[in-house]
Amino acid sequence: MTDIDNGTQPSRMQESYFAAKPTAFTRFMRTFLPWQMWRFAVINVRMARIIFRSHG
Amino acid sequence: MSRVVVLGAGVAGHTAASFLRKWLGRGDEVVVITPKPDYNWIPSNIWVGVGLMPQKSVHFPLAPIYERHGVEFRQARAVEIHPEGREGDPAPFVVAESTAPGREGAREEVRYDFLVNATGPKLNFAATEGLGPDGHTVSVCTDAHAAEAAKRLGEAVARMARGERQRFLVGTGHGACTCQGAAFEYAVNLEFELRARGVRDRADVWWLSNEYELGDFGMGGMHLKMGGYITPGKIFTESLFAERGIRWIKRAHVRKVEEGKAHFETLEGEVGEIGFDFAMLLPPFAGVGLKAIDRMGADITPRVFQPNGFMKVDADYTPRPYEQWTAKDWPKTYQSPAFPNIYAAGIAFAPPHAISRPRQAPSGAPVAPAPPRTGMPSAMIGKVVAKNIVGMLRGAPGPTHTASMAEIGAACVASAGANPFTGTAAAMTVFPIVPDFERYPEYGRDLNQTFGEIGLAGHWIKILLHHGFIYKAHLYPGWSLIPE
Repeated sequence: MTDIDNGTQPSRMQESYFAAKPTAFTRFMRTFLPWQMWRFAVINVRMARIIFRSHG
Repeated sequence: MSRVVVLGAGVAGHTAASFLRKWLGRGDEVVVITPKPDYNWIPSNIWVGVGLMPQKSVHFPLAPIYERHGVEFRQARAVEIHPEGREGDPAPFVVAESTAPGREGAREEVRYDFLVNATGPKLNFAATEGLGPDGHTVSVCTDAHAAEAAKRLGEAVARMARGERQRFLVGTGHGACTCQGAAFEYAVNLEFELRARGVRDRADVWWLSNEYELGDFGMGGMHLKMGGYITPGKIFTESLFAERGIRWIKRAHVRKVEEGKAHFETLEGEVGEIGFDFAMLLPPFAGVGLKAIDRMGADITPRVFQPNGFMKVDADYTPRPYEQWTAKDWPKTYQSPAFPNIYAAGIAFAPPHAISRPRQAPSGAPVAPAPPRTGMPSAMIGKVVAKNIVGMLRGAPGPTHTASMAEIGAACVASAGANPFTGTAAAMTVFPIVPDFERYPEYGRDLNQTFGEIGLAGHWIKILLHHGFIYKAHLYPGWSLIPE
């Protein structure tokens, strides 16, 4: 059962201790403009593929 | 000359009505009957609910748009379908009760040649005692609910600014809820907003959900190829929450909500309660309660609707164990098997079964996420229904187009913080929506088409979608070129 507290538990006692967390580099890249402009194009292409495949 | 009546003007109904008007001749009538005067672009309610967007940015009146395009608009709530007409007059009709100011409750019969049921869901807050805006929690299901949520959030932030600590609880308010994706967006946007307002250090944010694993979203989760692994979506969802300090309770059915306290039980049978200062918990959905009446006046609702109020369509509703469910059970044309001139679109159609495996707590309480049918699939179904009706009016013997959720994919962008430079969103594609384990034996989906990524680019796409779909819903020039 999850212990419901106000964040007073040590982090190793919380369920989030067992979750993957992004490194500082990953977090930086998420909002790094040149990289995100490239990802914007890539995601749009991927989404367009799904949309056109689904619209038959 | 024919008349097509569309019940509801949400994503599915408005899409169906718009394409029917575009494709049918001017001699044909398209009538929209919907209880609210406004269109609401529901995906952006999340931003209204955290106070980032005014309510007026996500809704606008339908009457002027329909008048401009020659669609007849009735502000009314459909209450009965008479698919066989009445004795001596076989013309089918709908009974609608006006909700227009000054005419509330006035009944009217509206005849139809074809009917589209796109009434969406009844927000079934009553399923959980104390849930909802009339109880002790807020919601973002409508723009008005979202505006109220923003107001209550503002009050909580003011308390934190005075030094008080506040607990925020976000998730699902019943074991049979759907739309976990919307609640997820609200949770991460809320957390982002608390940071933006400088009070995050005084906030505890909790996620409470009926999902078996985080990232289930009522669609059995999704697997992604990433970093040399095929990784379940729960890894990414847990990571997003852990990174943001959002704690979680999963596999939970909320039994009751009191002022500042939610009582829940889990799949494992554990009973607990969690206090809150602010709670946004979504309700389960049900059908809106339309009745079907035959020519003699007898109630034939069970012939047309499932017990949960959603309309039966061309799905296979044979009760079977979860292991025997297949993608083929899902409807393709959304035509009523009882009456071929009636279709359902969007949330109004009855899914043949859940996508996520339904489970029960030892007490018998459901811990069974219902399947989502909002957004892109809803609009695509609305369009296909319009195509089929137009085809039949032009002489086709039956529906000729399909949009099975087991054959179409979906693109979805879940906001995780709204700021043009520091915001992020999870951009996802999934194909197909309903896993097809015959076609894709391992995970039920095409992993080359199923994809997810979080970043600022996703937020930019979310902004584009907001403006693009609101433009489309206004039926401005070129609207039909914007894909669903």
